[in-house]
Amino acid sequence: MSKTNLLDRRRVVAALLANRKDVVAIGGLGASTNDITAAGDHARNFYLWGGMGGAAMIGLGLALALPKLPVLVITGDGEMLMGMGSLATIGLQKPANLSIVVLDNERYGETGGQTSHTSAVADLVGVAKACGIPDSRAISTMAEVEAFAASVHDVSAGPRFANVKIDSAELTRILPTRDGTYIVNRLRGDLGFPPI
Amino acid sequence: MHARTDADAPPSWPDEIFAVLERFEVRQVPYVPDAGHSQLIKRVLASSAMRGIPLTTEEEGVALLAGAWAGGQRGVLLMQSSGVGNCINMLSLIPILRFPFLTLVTMRGEWGEFNPWQVPMGSTTQGVFELSGVHVLRASHAAEVPAVLEAAAAQAYNALTPTAVLLSQRLIGAKVFTK
Repeated sequence: MSKTNLLDRRRVVAALLANRKDVVAIGGLGASTNDITAAGDHARNFYLWGGMGGAAMIGLGLALALPKLPVLVITGDGEMLMGMGSLATIGLQKPANLSIVVLDNERYGETGGQTSHTSAVADLVGVAKACGIPDSRAISTMAEVEAFAASVHDVSAGPRFANVKIDSAELTRILPTRDGTYIVNRLRGDLGFPPI
Repeated sequence: MHARTDADAPPSWPDEIFAVLERFEVRQVPYVPDAGHSQLIKRVLASSAMRGIPLTTEEEGVALLAGAWAGGQRGVLLMQSSGVGNCINMLSLIPILRFPFLTLVTMRGEWGEFNPWQVPMGSTTQGVFELSGVHVLRASHAAEVPAVLEAAAAQAYNALTPTAVLLSQRLIGAKVFTK
């Protein structure tokens, strides 16, 4: 089912990463990681193929380790719901260089399109705000996406959270490498860390 | 059986753990509180070199340590045995991403336990780790804590051997419930 007033997920992610500079992008399990791949493979892409619920926490660990590095987590509503407590953990730590975007299609798109809690009751912007992330926005236009993308580079004003309502249409899967050790070591190398 | 009471002098082994973590340049210390970890958590929160990171559930800590590794920092996850069950799926990140994983687990449900609800998870803690590919070391007496910690940190950080140290209930003292 497709609604014309909802944003296209690929356009949203392409806009988030269009002028990425040194941004590290962490893609949550599911279509989000494919959207990041569709925008272009990059040494600073951290693709997740598992660990559902962990994307925001991986972002926190990286953001705390490198406070000058802009870290952008891009994930889906189902993945965020599974790690909702991590919003409270992030709200407590207040990493100024961490941004989280939820691509919210109100569905578990990878498993048959079953509706998620955001389709009926759960307001992730409200949750993020209530967990101590005051800069939490509901985004419904590309102009707002572009403004958020620009703010990601400001590593002194986060954490920030955005929930983007997107079209639930299924798109061609564009799959990144599934080799986790390669993905993380490529990222470490690009950040200047040698192998052990 | 040793029982914890407020009158006891604080033991020295939590400080010895802290000293090992300091020496290994551990920076991120995610934790879900446990009474057995309280002294160590206080030291971490007072430290300028380490960051104590309270979690809402233990699996958050596994993912956090993966991110810390990507950013060049070492971490250690502090939790109680019941929290190990909360981590199971997230433990799959460890072999997949191959990052150094060290966790210190205070045990419940064993030596002199009063609360039957602690026993099922306490009894399976070691098995859960081993099935998940995490090597298990155990410290049952205060005198062996520094050597066990040293070995665990060395193999976790130098050899990328995922390692859990079980701090036994015999070491910590069974929790006493009074009406």
